[in-house]
Amino acid sequence: MTPQQILESLKSRFGEAVLDAKVDAFPDPWIRVAPATLREICLYLRDDGEMLFDVLMCLSGMDYRGGKLGVVYHCDSTVNHHRIVLKTEVTDAEPRVASVESVWKTANWHEREAFDLYGIVFDGHPDLRRILMPDDWSGFPLRKDYQVPEFYNGMKVPY
Amino acid sequence: MGLLDQKFENSNIVITSMDNLLNWARLSSLWGMQFGLACCAIEMMATGASHYDLDRFGTFFRGTPRQSDVMIVAGTVTLKMASRIRVLYDQMSEPRYVISMGSCSNCGGPYWEHGYHVLKGVDRIIPVDVYVPGCPPRPEALMEGLLKLQEKIRTESLVKKKSA
Amino acid sequence: MEETMTEPRKVAGFGRDLKSEEMVISMGPQHPSTHGVLRLELVVDGEIVVDVIPHIGYLHRCFEKHCEHMTNYQQVIPYADRMDYVAAMSNEFGYVVACEKLLKIRVPERVEYIRVIMAEFSRIVSHLIAIGTYGMDIGAFTPFLYCMRDRERVLDIFEQTCGARLLYNYMWIGGLSHDVPPGFTEKVKDFCKYFRPKIKELNDLLSYNKIFIKRTANVGVLPADVALNYAVSGPVLRGSGVRWDLRKNDPYSVYDRFDFEIPVGQGLKGTVGDCWDRYMVRVHEMEQSVRIIEQAVDMLPAGDIASAIPKRIRPDAADVYVRTETPKGELGYYIVSDGTATPFRVKVKSPCFVNLSALPAMCRGAMIADIVAVLGSIDIVLGEVDR
Repeated sequence: MTPQQILESLKSRFGEAVLDAKVDAFPDPWIRVAPATLREICLYLRDDGEMLFDVLMCLSGMDYRGGKLGVVYHCDSTVNHHRIVLKTEVTDAEPRVASVESVWKTANWHEREAFDLYGIVFDGHPDLRRILMPDDWSGFPLRKDYQVPEFYNGMKVPY
Repeated sequence: MGLLDQKFENSNIVITSMDNLLNWARLSSLWGMQFGLACCAIEMMATGASHYDLDRFGTFFRGTPRQSDVMIVAGTVTLKMASRIRVLYDQMSEPRYVISMGSCSNCGGPYWEHGYHVLKGVDRIIPVDVYVPGCPPRPEALMEGLLKLQEKIRTESLVKKKSA
Repeated sequence: MEETMTEPRKVAGFGRDLKSEEMVISMGPQHPSTHGVLRLELVVDGEIVVDVIPHIGYLHRCFEKHCEHMTNYQQVIPYADRMDYVAAMSNEFGYVVACEKLLKIRVPERVEYIRVIMAEFSRIVSHLIAIGTYGMDIGAFTPFLYCMRDRERVLDIFEQTCGARLLYNYMWIGGLSHDVPPGFTEKVKDFCKYFRPKIKELNDLLSYNKIFIKRTANVGVLPADVALNYAVSGPVLRGSGVRWDLRKNDPYSVYDRFDFEIPVGQGLKGTVGDCWDRYMVRVHEMEQSVRIIEQAVDMLPAGDIASAIPKRIRPDAADVYVRTETPKGELGYYIVSDGTATPFRVKVKSPCFVNLSALPAMCRGAMIADIVAVLGSIDIVLGEVDR
């Protein structure tokens, strides 16, 4: 299926949850969706006979500056040989996105990493805690406005 | 190595000082702790393998800190790992030595500027005896570091307190 | 009769009378068999492991933060090297292919062929370390020394080409840093002739050894549908019987011009998807890599390796996701550019991170010694897991 067909199929089924799209973007066409409906959309993408996106290639947290955070999903179908990019945006004040862990098990660790480094909270994740940084670390390091702390547990952090 | 070997040529009895004897024994069988953190660990493994061979210096890697003399900190030390390194160093029994292998454990390495999770040098938490520069250091460089440590041990004394 | 290692043993007569509790043991972060700084929290009931919880992050070196502060896209390449430090050329390959797609650059043919040769050498080196350390974990020390000996030959070729043994900074966006030295073709052909019998020697030493088979067959079985849901890739996925290799299914560079096969696990010594299958996929992949190298070095065209390297790298505001087949699996780079010379975001989807997340699914009901066998068969490199 072409990106245009995927977009139309999603629009006809989910209506207003599909916010924006750029199907002729080079190199990867993308579709932006509402954060709360992600689980239903991804279940449909995984199970529908014409879509069959059985693999979630990558899940990335993003900081778009100006208090806007986001998540980008790259989905691939090993059966139908097509791929699509889903994007979603949230604000700093309300960084809640539906978790897709029940759709693709691989999202478990990826979402934990996005939470650890960006502070995006995934609703419905069974075990959302820090994965790369120590458990008592404060702050979300990959945000653009992050200030490196001076000391951590008595050790000087900057050079 | 050269210290006492020649003296055995003529007879079976050698007279030497306690310092020399202990230092010779310690430097000839430095058992290292198998403790590779990152890329330098691969070079350490290559140095221990048959092409470069550390066994001819008496160095043999042990899995536990309780049975080792020297800890070769090979790789980047992160803040999460730092407390464990301190615990491992404390578990080694004296006399114990530390070789800092590679740029990352010397001073933070390529991650010195923006690494929010990298400890800029392992000497911020444990005392280091020899620094081996390189990213990663060649096996010959690590061997030279080991030989420099052996020289340092050769000049130790039971009477004078060890500086570290 | 072969007992399956994944089911808990029932001891006759004692099961109901003894009261037992589960114990939590921490394996790592310093441990001879965890392939780096990994902490495994094992919840055990006697010798049987009830649950495995991996704790990572002990080697988190802030790669993604460094990318956002580089003054140039080329400056990211030494940091990309240091992620999967065992097969550094593959990391560079993925990054430069992604950047070239973003910048719409076509590299000369000579560069493509040399990149493929280096990537396949890198695959051989990585699998040699994987096999050697796997043997060491199981308890066989000799194959490790044999693998390191053969690895030194490949490192000699790398050193003669770009000056470094382990971390190269060789593949640049648009080309390479150095051309191959004179006599390169002969040296590569000599190596291929030398290496084929060594694979047979490795099979005699380790692969068909009765003790090795007993330790690895029927251990850590990963079914194919679970593997796809976890998005595992590389030899772990192919060991479960799924014939999926990006070099054939989604080709990049010039891989579609070579004739090679994709080895897949078939359950010859146990179940499909056990540790032995994953291990044998790696051995067969080394043979196929030698095949690719021989073909590439015969077809190597003349040309200039630096003619397409751009002086200024300032891509349009766009984002790209490119995946390549590294020895560990599918390495993906998601690069977002905002029109300036500095990358806005570089996210690395690391195959070892994903493969390690499937470890609990492979280990339920195994014994503690089996955990070591399963962990070795996944072949993780913590630099890539933690980035």
